[in-house]
Amino acid sequence: MSTALVTDLTIFVLALLVGIEVIGKVPATLHTPLMSATNSIHGIVLAGALLIGLTAHNTVGYILAFVAAVFASANVVGGYVVTERMLKMFRRKAPEQHALETDTALNGHKGLKGILSRAGKARPGDTA
Amino acid sequence: MSGFEGNIQLVYVLAAALFVLGLHLMNSPATARRGNQVSMTGMVIAGVATLILLIHDGTVTTTGWIVLICGTLIGSAIGLYAARTVQMTAMPQLVSAFNSVGGGAAALVAIYDYINSESHAGGVLGSTTVFTLLDVLIGSVTFSGSIIAAGKLQGWIGGQPIIFKGSRLLNVALAVVAIGTAAFMLTTASLPALFIVVLAALGFGVLMVLPIGGADMPVVISLLNAFTGTAVAMAGFVIGNWALIIAGALVGASGGILTKLMADAMNRSLANIIMGGFGTGDSVVAVGAAADAHVRSIAADDAAIQLAYASKVIIVPGYGLAAAQAQHGVAELAKLLEDRGIEVSYAIHPVAGRMPGHMNVLLAEANVPYPLLKEMEEINPEFARTDVALVIGANDVTNPAARRPGNEISGMPILDVDQAKSIIVVKRSMGHGYAGLENELYFDPKTSMYFADAKKAMAELTAAVKTLVA
Repeated sequence: MSTALVTDLTIFVLALLVGIEVIGKVPATLHTPLMSATNSIHGIVLAGALLIGLTAHNTVGYILAFVAAVFASANVVGGYVVTERMLKMFRRKAPEQHALETDTALNGHKGLKGILSRAGKARPGDTA
Repeated sequence: MSGFEGNIQLVYVLAAALFVLGLHLMNSPATARRGNQVSMTGMVIAGVATLILLIHDGTVTTTGWIVLICGTLIGSAIGLYAARTVQMTAMPQLVSAFNSVGGGAAALVAIYDYINSESHAGGVLGSTTVFTLLDVLIGSVTFSGSIIAAGKLQGWIGGQPIIFKGSRLLNVALAVVAIGTAAFMLTTASLPALFIVVLAALGFGVLMVLPIGGADMPVVISLLNAFTGTAVAMAGFVIGNWALIIAGALVGASGGILTKLMADAMNRSLANIIMGGFGTGDSVVAVGAAADAHVRSIAADDAAIQLAYASKVIIVPGYGLAAAQAQHGVAELAKLLEDRGIEVSYAIHPVAGRMPGHMNVLLAEANVPYPLLKEMEEINPEFARTDVALVIGANDVTNPAARRPGNEISGMPILDVDQAKSIIVVKRSMGHGYAGLENELYFDPKTSMYFADAKKAMAELTAAVKTLVA
């Protein structure tokens, strides 16, 4: 067994153990976003797909590189975007009914209420 | 490994460290978003490192660049579109689709590597052949299996277990062909043999998922997720890339843990689920409800009175709720009760939904704050001091029969709904649950059945409570 292979295997086993340790602590509430997040992480296979390009010098190589690149990039981009979309929905408090109402007011007519709500919206750290 | 390549590997390790950190931050909803961004940063770093490697090496042809750039742009556009437009109820399908393409890409990396090294002197028989074969096997099974899983979830293929005469035998045969051919290739280099492995593995993936029922999907998706990770790690061995090895191992570990959690929550072994066959998923078997004297049914007004004058209400949502698109209606009713000072929380069974944690996302989308979403262990002791437990679209996970030995669901962890002072069950009919078992909860003297579609029921209840308190 070559040294490189032993190194690769060591890395693999350690990464598995780290994975088990870290993921075991994720609460059930977040299991769907977790799976989506790990989904985007395996999108790293895009690196493998792109590296085909190093030696691809014929039609077969180009086709394989192309399909692999399409698959992997759909995986990585879609994965991160949808995870972000989901996590944005998790809130500690329900959005206030009042805030929703003033939002409509802001869209409709720019009265004092609208200006106030806009001032309120601009508070830093609101999105956190 | 040249100095330059070594440096690139180090950058990959940095990216992998950011993946781990990102996953670590997902241990709380408060930091999870930051976690995803940290992970994304790692991915961008890995991408840039790969690009630098490609440019530095200088062997990519012009056609090669065009192919890579076009492929990446097209794939990104597809991924972006899918991620932006997907409904939250359709998340399991999307995750399946990403598993599919991830596994497929990993298999392609290995297939290319095999073809490429065969055309060179020295042949393909080397220390990485076993990883190439594992990658091709697992990647192909994941690719076809995930497509079938997504198809079932989307309703393109029936949700019921599909079994035809001899399907199991055929599946075993395909597995034998795939593994046998792969074993043969360990000693003999052969490109045609590789294609046999690919085709047999693709066929196996299809036949593996077809017989699995809709309600077992949380397990299947988790398992395919673990497969994808493993395939990517194997691809990392093939091309000697640490980023792929580490990332693949992380995903493999995550998928493995979730698979075990889901299987435990259903009290079924993985083998039992894969062998499949029992259960029909969501179908409603209507039996004569009115004829059964033991069941007490309730009208909206009476249910509203119970809810409006309770001091503590627990809502128990199941997949039926999501299927009826009633999550927003539930949230509205809960808000109304909360405004009256009633303590409302949600009891989420681990397999409520079509993938792990699915129900939580659906309720989060309906603006339910996450502190109200309680896990089974956390909420079970609270049922005893609950005035009303409102069960919507959940069945087997509330059946007290699970506590007794000798039936299909014995030993399955359940929500202790029967401990509540009174129980209202919203259900379309007296149909059986997934396990095909009568739910003893419905015959409990404390239980009232509210026969209606979940969405309609929520609208009626909300209206009734409003009239009551106005």
